[in-house]
Amino acid sequence: MDIVLDLVRILIFPGLLFAVLLSLFLEWLDRKIYARMQNRVGPPLRQPLWDLFKLLAKEDIVPERADPFMFTVLPVLTLAAAATAMLYIPIWGPESAYPFWGDLLVIIFLLTVPTMVLFLAGWFSANPFGAVGSFRTVIQFLSYEVPLLLAVLTPAVLAGSWSISDIVRFQQTHPWAMAAQLAALGVGLLALQGKLERVPFDAPEAETEIVAGPITEYTGRRLALFRLSTDVQMLVGAALFSNIFLAGVVGPWYLAILLFLAKIIFLVGVLAALRAMVARIRIEQMRAFSWKYLVPIAVAQMAVIVLIKVGVGV
Amino acid sequence: MTKYNLPVGPQHPALKEPASFWFKVEGEVIVDVDIRLGYNHRGIEKACESRNYIQCLYLLERICGICSHAHTTAFAQGVEEILGLEIPARAKYIRVIIAELERIHSHLLWLGVAGHEIGFDTLFMYAWRDRETVLDILELISGNRVNYAMNTIGGVRRDIDQAKREQILGMLDPLAERVKFYTDLVTSEPTCLARLENVAPVPADKAVALGTVGPTARASGIKVDVRRDDPYAAYAEIPFEVITSERGDLLGRAIVRLGEIGESVKIIKYALQNLPEGPLTVKAPRKVAAGEAVSRVEAPRGEDIHYVRADGSDHPERVKVRAPTLANLFAVGESMKGAYVADIPIVIASIDPCFSCTDRMIELVQSRTGTSSVMTWEELREYGIRWYGHGHRS
Repeated sequence: MDIVLDLVRILIFPGLLFAVLLSLFLEWLDRKIYARMQNRVGPPLRQPLWDLFKLLAKEDIVPERADPFMFTVLPVLTLAAAATAMLYIPIWGPESAYPFWGDLLVIIFLLTVPTMVLFLAGWFSANPFGAVGSFRTVIQFLSYEVPLLLAVLTPAVLAGSWSISDIVRFQQTHPWAMAAQLAALGVGLLALQGKLERVPFDAPEAETEIVAGPITEYTGRRLALFRLSTDVQMLVGAALFSNIFLAGVVGPWYLAILLFLAKIIFLVGVLAALRAMVARIRIEQMRAFSWKYLVPIAVAQMAVIVLIKVGVGV
Repeated sequence: MTKYNLPVGPQHPALKEPASFWFKVEGEVIVDVDIRLGYNHRGIEKACESRNYIQCLYLLERICGICSHAHTTAFAQGVEEILGLEIPARAKYIRVIIAELERIHSHLLWLGVAGHEIGFDTLFMYAWRDRETVLDILELISGNRVNYAMNTIGGVRRDIDQAKREQILGMLDPLAERVKFYTDLVTSEPTCLARLENVAPVPADKAVALGTVGPTARASGIKVDVRRDDPYAAYAEIPFEVITSERGDLLGRAIVRLGEIGESVKIIKYALQNLPEGPLTVKAPRKVAAGEAVSRVEAPRGEDIHYVRADGSDHPERVKVRAPTLANLFAVGESMKGAYVADIPIVIASIDPCFSCTDRMIELVQSRTGTSSVMTWEELREYGIRWYGHGHRS
């Protein structure tokens, strides 16, 4: 019976199927908020799903000079990594499907895989736009990864644990912790925007400059997997932040899931609003912004947290 | 760093029309650029030679969907000059009103495109929403949103009556408010400034040497404007400022264009309030006596030049169009060197290029040998039959 339960968790809830459907909903929400802020109507709820089906049915082209093996493996790998991360995120209570002492680190690792895949995808597609996009992906990765890690470390240090469940329980018993790490949440959201390659940090796939960057040559179902992976990464990012920065969820499972949804909707709303309000910055401006502002803020936040920890003695 | 070639075009998301730019790139820095045009050649000049003057007017209007009135004004002025016609004062004012409405609509369209090129799609959507006001006014006057068909040889085809005048005056003020908002936004929003300030500057001496015209020249501090330098239509009677900026960079071009919208609103208001009474047209003969004329018009993108040669028949012997983009394109190529790959779309867009205006001729060059040749119509026909007959394409 255990293996059946595992399979259900991995493939249906909270794994692949749940992650895909919820992330498509978030994509719709993101597009709708973005559109409303631009004085447009925006897509109907079913649009992301229809887009996915459309791409799945489209012609699948592998360029002659591209590496066919990598071209096939990479899209699967990126979605698999992102969807796997969902297994370690608490949704219906403080505990995830597979809680253990280091699940926070596993999620960070699993979120890094899609970025590396993106680099390889551009590299192996033998396309100048893909190559430029790959370089930019790596430069951007080196820019946001440090502030993102520092931001995610902050609640872990405060709670004194690598376990998401412990962090959530700590914040539920010490609600002031959420206010103490507000700056880390801000840095984390900006870094997440960079990880997801959204405006203003979308230089790696800037449409008007390099077409689609690393995924320029991808079509059909491979492209669908890449897009789906981005959606799932956004879901994982928002879900992770709702746990480690916003104290997760409490109560009976049905109320808990509603609370979980409310928190990720709020976080995705912030990301969508940010995307609508600014222009794209260049890659070297992104690097400067990250190291001049995000990193110092994250370090200062960490120092404050350490002082609080010593002072209050939690 | 490795050097590589980055092709932008003929088909590329940054380009609204086909044109080809080959960039030599070192890392993210542009070393050199090779511009190839001609993808939009439609043989309009040649087609004019087999149409009468009135038909030419409607054909030339379709050179460009945005500065269509500028092209017909230039052509009509040229023909009127050969004929020695003086058009009625009311027609001159109406030509000015349409030209300035067209300038507003072109500059707002540019603002939106510029926003899109720097990844600021919200600005794009807002600018194009507000541009609808101008299109509504143009539709109110002419019945058309883009190709207004207002000009005819010897005057204009439609009047602006009192009721329409008041309606238009009421629509202009909210528009001017919006333009103020955009000026504030572009000159203060940090990410906009990061993308526009000090990017690909063209200093004044270079702007002159490279032959820039219109807003591109004025953004480098060159006070050049056909409306002021060689007034046509009613511009000599209407007070207005020539907006310039000393910046020379992309921000300067945005400031100049947004400032010009404000001036255009003033010109339209003045023209509507001081619209002289009188007829709309003078009678123009069908056949034009032998002669030639060069006519200049300040199109939204800069100086538009038309050359017309008449031979006494009812169709022109030769029509030549020099659109402003051709004059500005060299500045793009020059200022691009040393810029970043990320700046490519916005630097190209900053001169508000119109390749369908520009592509007046093509030369077919063998890419391998670099040789070119002129083909007669018969040879071209033979070549076509050979090409398709031998199954190159099925």
